[in-house]
Amino acid sequence: MAAATSAPRRLSLKRKYAMLTRGLGWETTYQPMDKVYPFDRFEGIVIHDWDGWEDPFRLTVDAYWKYQAEKERKLYAVMDSVAQNNGQLGITDARYLNAVKLFLTGVTPLEYAAHRGFAHAGRHLRGVGARIAAQMQSLDELRHAQTQIHTLSHYNKYFDGLHDFAHMHDRVWYLSVPKSFFDDALTAGPFEFVTAISFSFEYVLTNLLFVPFMSGAAFNGDMATVTFGFSAQSDESRHMTLGLEVVKFMLEQDPANVPIVQRWLDKWFWRGYRLLSLVSAMMDYMLPKRVMSWAEAWEMYFEESGGALFADLERYGIRPPKHHDVAKKEKSRLSHEVWTILYNYTHAAAFHTWVPSDDEMQWLSSKYPDTFDRLYRPRYRMWREAAARGERFYNDALPQLCNVCQIPMAFTEPDDPTKIAFRESIWRGERFHFCSDGCKDIFDDEPEKMSQSWLPVHQIFQGNCGGASIEDVLRYYHLNIGADNLDYEGSPEQELWDAWTADRRTAR
Amino acid sequence: MSTRALGPYELPSRDAQANFHGNILVFVHWEDHLSFCSAVTFPLPPDMPFGALLADVLPAHYGKHPDWARADLGEARWLLDGRDFTPDPGRSLADQGVGHKSLLRFWTPGLTGYEGSFS
Repeated sequence: MAAATSAPRRLSLKRKYAMLTRGLGWETTYQPMDKVYPFDRFEGIVIHDWDGWEDPFRLTVDAYWKYQAEKERKLYAVMDSVAQNNGQLGITDARYLNAVKLFLTGVTPLEYAAHRGFAHAGRHLRGVGARIAAQMQSLDELRHAQTQIHTLSHYNKYFDGLHDFAHMHDRVWYLSVPKSFFDDALTAGPFEFVTAISFSFEYVLTNLLFVPFMSGAAFNGDMATVTFGFSAQSDESRHMTLGLEVVKFMLEQDPANVPIVQRWLDKWFWRGYRLLSLVSAMMDYMLPKRVMSWAEAWEMYFEESGGALFADLERYGIRPPKHHDVAKKEKSRLSHEVWTILYNYTHAAAFHTWVPSDDEMQWLSSKYPDTFDRLYRPRYRMWREAAARGERFYNDALPQLCNVCQIPMAFTEPDDPTKIAFRESIWRGERFHFCSDGCKDIFDDEPEKMSQSWLPVHQIFQGNCGGASIEDVLRYYHLNIGADNLDYEGSPEQELWDAWTADRRTAR
Repeated sequence: MSTRALGPYELPSRDAQANFHGNILVFVHWEDHLSFCSAVTFPLPPDMPFGALLADVLPAHYGKHPDWARADLGEARWLLDGRDFTPDPGRSLADQGVGHKSLLRFWTPGLTGYEGSFS
């Protein structure tokens, strides 16, 4: 008798996942499916069988909730402890915090944008498995934004430049680089969005953002950043899996998808790489205790692991992203060129820069033997001499910006680090400028869209940024002039840090 | 190619010349002096004589560099939008083909930056 009711009382995980991702979907009849899902065809991606979608994690909602709740409990326990024990005193040097400022003001709003983007994909992809994965990632991204804002909130009590990050993200010149990257992805269709963010950024490039940055935080005593980093990292592995899955799924569904996916991989590799150039400066210049150089990180996380990945994708007819060879040539100068930009325009930034110390120059010279002593050490010597005369160099004219990545056009020719790479296109009688063949290709492919770039320099000259003087523009940015900006040397932050650590120095 | 979109995607260019209140944007780069991180952007009246660019605009910007005092602009080699160019100081920017978002690159002979480092 008992045998008749011996059906398992609990479903297996596999069965639960199948019920969630297959059992909950249906073909609509009151309205045609194309009207219910109006966004998933226009990009040209052909899907024959959404059931071909496999999520290796098979995460169900109850399991998701349980794991995330555990992570949150641990995270906020550490954050409370950082706050109660004055964790900000444990960092190696207040200069370090400027890397954190760049990360929290540049990346945190992107986490929120990712939340929005995946919510959109989670509504508009018609396969239920893909929708569920996108929805869970959407929640992850919202959680990441929140954990980072909590970290920002702690540091904002003691350090300058963090007080109005959301406002600044929409206005400040260097923040237009991450913002425009994500705006481009958000305004594409759902397949391009997922390829851009899940695959190109999270799978191919994210290790370059998170691993060196979080190791850098650990090396430099920043427990708050380490904590949100660890909490996010377990989600990242799921996101990377989604990225690879979505790309393989598109490639397997129809051969017509291959050239479209290749075009997106080319575009988003390059856009992601240009965005990460900010990270190169953080790694080589902003960490008082260095972890590894940008060139080493690029070799380890892109040339080696990326190389293996693209070898694996070759059987689908996919080749490594265009211009990856240029990135390789740029690795021994990228961080120096970016630091030069930031040093030139620190008077208009919500963080500080400085000339590297002698020890730091020694480190840079050992990591970049072919370029540093020849090209960059003299530059820093010149700037140090000017500063000693009381004439710290700031660039008073506004830079020429790349119309695609929006970074000042400081990048040099792939085969000549002494010549700026100038590229241009003429479209409908108007001239457009680019820092590289990679950015020019992106413009030439979608000129209608890329000619809409909100370039901060041009917006200032159109009169849309609060006025004509630099002070007017900084006020429009909500910068605290004289505190947030200018060289670290002589900043209120340096004064405060020196006062805090005076005991340590006399004890030594 | 053109932008893949759900519907017509036609918007006026965000940086059309008409948006700059009578000015044009001119990008200028002093070659071999990369301590100035990139070319710079000047909003200039198109009827401004080229000589004013040479006498006023450039010295105000580049004067901070120790090489500038030795720079002889009369001897400089110029590229306008990728083509060799010999500026006439007396004629206007527009008259000699300097247009909206034109790029002017110039080399000052003998000067290759601080201690020859291209900085």
